[in-house]
Formats: sequence, structure tokens, C-alpha cells
Amino acid sequence: MSDTRETLLEVRDLQVTFGSRRHPFPAVDGVSFDIYKGETFGLVGESGSGKTTIGRAIIRVNPVSGGTVRYQGEIISGKVSREVDRKVIQEIQMIFQDPMASLNERAKVDYIVSEGLTATAGHLSEGERKARVEQALSDVGLLPEFASRFPHEFSGGQRQRIGIARALIMQPKFIIADEPISALDVSIRAQVLNLMAKLQKERGLTYLFIAHDLSVVRFISDRIAVIHKGKLMELAESEQLFAHPLHPYTRSLLSAIPMPDPVWERNKQLLVYDPAQHHYSESNPPLWKELEPGHFVRGSEEELDIYRKML
Amino acid sequence: MPNKDAILSFEDLEIHFTLRGQILRAIRGVSLDVARGEALAIVGESGSGKSVFTKSAMGLLDANGSIAGGHIWYDGKDLAAYRTEKEWLTIRGKEIAMVMQDPMTSLNPLKTVGDQILEAVLLHQGLRGEAARQAVLEALAAVGIDDAPRRYRQYPHEFSGGMRQRVVIAIAVACRPKILICDEPTTALDVTIQAQILDLIKQLQKKLDLTTIYITHDLGVVANVADRIAVMYAGDIVEVGRCEEVFYDPKHPYTWALLSSLPQLGVKGQELYSIKGTPPNLFQEVKGDAFAPRNPRALNIDFVERPPFFEVSPTHKARTWLLDPRAPKVEPPELIRHLRQQGGSRHV
Repeated sequence: MSDTRETLLEVRDLQVTFGSRRHPFPAVDGVSFDIYKGETFGLVGESGSGKTTIGRAIIRVNPVSGGTVRYQGEIISGKVSREVDRKVIQEIQMIFQDPMASLNERAKVDYIVSEGLTATAGHLSEGERKARVEQALSDVGLLPEFASRFPHEFSGGQRQRIGIARALIMQPKFIIADEPISALDVSIRAQVLNLMAKLQKERGLTYLFIAHDLSVVRFISDRIAVIHKGKLMELAESEQLFAHPLHPYTRSLLSAIPMPDPVWERNKQLLVYDPAQHHYSESNPPLWKELEPGHFVRGSEEELDIYRKML
Repeated sequence: MPNKDAILSFEDLEIHFTLRGQILRAIRGVSLDVARGEALAIVGESGSGKSVFTKSAMGLLDANGSIAGGHIWYDGKDLAAYRTEKEWLTIRGKEIAMVMQDPMTSLNPLKTVGDQILEAVLLHQGLRGEAARQAVLEALAAVGIDDAPRRYRQYPHEFSGGMRQRVVIAIAVACRPKILICDEPTTALDVTIQAQILDLIKQLQKKLDLTTIYITHDLGVVANVADRIAVMYAGDIVEVGRCEEVFYDPKHPYTWALLSSLPQLGVKGQELYSIKGTPPNLFQEVKGDAFAPRNPRALNIDFVERPPFFEVSPTHKARTWLLDPRAPKVEPPELIRHLRQQGGSRHV
């Protein structure tokens, strides 16, 4: 089935290292995955797992120290030509976690939303620019007159909509959403998720949706990758992942999802993941294997055999 | 008169804020008893007044806010009459302690973690010198921080988010309070860590005989920890009941809406339920049921007269005209009618 889908983004053996040369810290270590056109790809892990770093490496904020990122077949990691750089800036956009911190509080919405345009589309006249801002605002369900206000005049949900409008105005093909709803109230989360789903349907957008909460990701994602300490643990279609979680870390994440059911909650067993259980060594290295179509998991030969039986 | 069984009792509480010459009625005549030893959760959207409500019991209202009416009974005293900082210091920390949402901002970045806990120990436990130090080490161990002697000398930035929240809890508990208020204790944390922190608070509650009050916007989180749930909307409690009653048999349309919007209940490919509109402007007089303008199935009377509390069971009451015998029968949304079975069949 994967043959019919067009790959938009291809990440191969991605490495991002922080720290000094003497004390390197691999934040992302040998991560490979594809994102297909028009899908939502969920990337789930706890803080410090490197999920945000992957997003930032794709959009060229964090330099990669190994591996490649291809966008529409073209390498966009490392040194690239000016045109490719431009293309990435315009076609890949980001939505950030905290709408309080990610909007310039001294700038009006009008400026915030159109800042990207002035950087890339310098030929726009003032009238055209204004029209594009109004269009972007109404696309995310805000009133055009909000353009003349400051971010502090808005609620959290509205601010996140401004953040989305800022991404949309660039007419991107691919949006990296880094925990776009973690800072919002439950009732507002639904609105923002619905908006993102609607925009995707209308414009054929592709999303990389980064989150720490599997329950949210399940609803919006077509496929989900689980990351822990810079390495992918498991990757599968969302329903497959929920039906047959193989890796113990995935299972611990699933067990932590709070359910709105007191009886269930009281009897629930929290699974705690202990990386020491794997006993990986030189002779028993972890592999990244596809156990059923589209379902990848990390494990040693021995573990993979066990996982196969679980399917 | 205060309720005898309650450790903390709010009676007809009114809290006003003055903003640019206008009066905002943040809490509109709320009565609530907190029973000794229970875990109570107050649930509502941001701006519903849930934080203001509990902060009033610690004298932590902002300077432009004041208690405009009603009483807060604690241990035979009316906290609503407290005016000076000196009076509040006999309550704050000592009797009622608080764990705030963001552990990054509630700890002092310039002092070691041990010294910050030591402050509470010196002030509230009356220990000195080595005994005080030992108490700090015990407090660290009690909240599940390993290698306490080394951790004692570290600064907050050397701790992860979950560990920092454990430190905040250690400080709160080191004051030996009777009541622990947890204001969104896990919102800033990962799901896995969230479960651990809630577990820790639950254990401490049992061990130290605490009464806990959770404040949260996420009903999903409280199913595990709360004995009782109070749902707050626009400065008023609209429904209160035991945990099972609120989840399995919710009565107020706002509780229905809150439950329905949980992403856990989302069905792929369909829109998630979301509450339309915005909460009412509390600068203006709220007429009738505050939720009526956002409630697609509101009755006519909802816009005219504020509903009284109707009793569903001795422990469960809701402020909605739907419970009036004359009201038409309105069923809760299909999505939340079978929460009990759904939880079990979800995964695993």
C-alpha cells in the first residue's frame, strides 16, 4: 500500500549532536522515517526525547551532524543552495507549543502574521499584504479587525490560531506542529485540533505532529512514531499501534493515558519502562525491523521474535 | 454556621476584582464543604475562577481582589475576615499549603533545592542544625528523590520537570499542612511523569492524613485521584458529586460538554466535540444559567432565572433546570453515556 503514496519528506539516519566536541550529546541518533504527502505523522515522546529537535532539524534550525533529510526528493539538510533554502523557508512552516511565548508581544497581529511574507515575498504591495493577512485570519476563524490588536488581548486558543495563521500565510505544503495544544485548556484543544484537521482537508497539507500525549495524537495522526532518548522505538499506523503495541516503552506510554473512567483508573496498572531490560550488547545489537507491513519496531533478534508472536 | 464535618467550608463566597474602575464578579456566591481527609477536585476552564476560589482560602488574592461577601470557615475561624499578612501567616503553609502549576517558576533558581526545603522545615517544624538537615533528606526521600545527600546541594536547573515538581511537593509537605491545594500540578509535565506525580500525591495524602484539593481543567486527570468533583463555570459551582456520579451520571450540560471534549473520546475522521462560544463577561450581571448561551439545548427559563441546586443523591447535586420535575427530558450526549464500558475496552 505504501507504493501508491507519494513520499514528501524522507529522513534517513538522522543525527543531531549537541555539546562540545569532547562531551558530545547525541540528541537524535540514527532516526529514519518517511512522511507521505497529505498525511499526519505523529511523533511522540517525553521531554528530552529529541522529538522537538527532529522537527527543528527538518526546518534547518538545528544543524544535523549526520544523515540526510530529503524534501520532495531534494536534500535539505546540511549545506544547500539558496533556492533550496528559500523553498524550505516558504513551504515548511512551524506551529509552536506556547502561544504566549511564541508571539512577539510588542508587535500587532498584522505584523506577526505577515512577517514571513516581508522576508520572502518582498514584491507585495501594502494592499495585497493586508488582504493576505485578512484572508489568513479568517481562514483560522478570527475576525479581520483583529489585525490591529496586540497578542495580549487574546485568549490562549485565539493566540494559537494567530500562530496557525502565521504559518498558513506562507502557503506551506508541510507544517511541523510542535505540541500545538499542550498549553491549552481541554475545551480549546478540541477547537484547535478540529481547525487543523479542516485546514488539512481543504488544502491537502501534510503535518508532522509532535506531542507527548498519545491520546491526542491518536485522534489526529495517520501514523505514529514513538521516540525515546533520541532513538525511534516503534512506528506504525495509529490504530495498529494502539491495537498491538509491541515495544515496552510504547506500552508504558499507553498505560499512562488518563481515562475519564474512575473505576478503570483505580484498577489501572501503570507500566514503567526500564531501558535496562533490553541487555543490548555488541553481539546482541538492537535492530530496526518491519514486523508487519508498515509496523516497525526496535529490538534485538530475540526480542523481535517475541514481538512477532505478539502480533 | 460552618458544617461540623468539614475541615474547610466556603459559605456564599463572593469575590470581586476591581479593574479599570469596573467590578468583576469572579466568584458569585459559592458554597462548598471540603470534608476532612478527602480528595476534592475543582474542574473548570481557564477563567472559571477555580484558582481564585482556592487562593482566597490562603490570602493569596491579587491586590485588586477582595472577598466581598460570605465566609470561609476553617477550624472555627472565619478566614474571610482576615486582613493582615500576620493573620494569614498562621494559615498559609502551616495549615494550608499549595503546589503550583509550573515547577520552573515556583522554585528559586539561585538557591539549592535542599536550602529551599530547609526554609520550610526551619519555619514550620521548629528543628535546627543537623536535625533540620536530616528532616530535609527525609523529605526528599519521601517524594521519591534518590541519592538525597547529593540532590540536596543541587540547583533547580539540574532537575527534570517531574523531579522539580517533586521538590515543590516536598516543600509544601514539609510545612506539615492539614490541607494541600494542588493547582494544575501536572499540566506542565509529560503523561508518564504526570501519572507518577499524581500517584505520589495520593500516597502522601494517605501517609500524612492530608486533605487534598486538586484544581484542573482536565477531567481526564482527576478520574484517578478524586473522591469528589466540583465543576466550576463562570465563578459558580454548577455540579458537585462523588467521582463516579460525575463521570457516569453527569447532570449539568456544562459537565456534559467538558466530558465530551476530551480528546480520549475522539473518533478518527470525525470532528472532536468542542464547546461553542466563550464564557460570559463577568463584568456584567449574569442572568439565569451562565452556560445557557453556549448550550444548544438550553431551556427558555435558563436565560431568565438562575437555577437552584437540585439534589440527585445525598452526595450529588447540580444547578440546572433540567432536574426540575417540570423540565422536558434531555438525555446527555451519546458520546459520554457509556464512559464506564469505554474505558475498559479502549486499549490493552
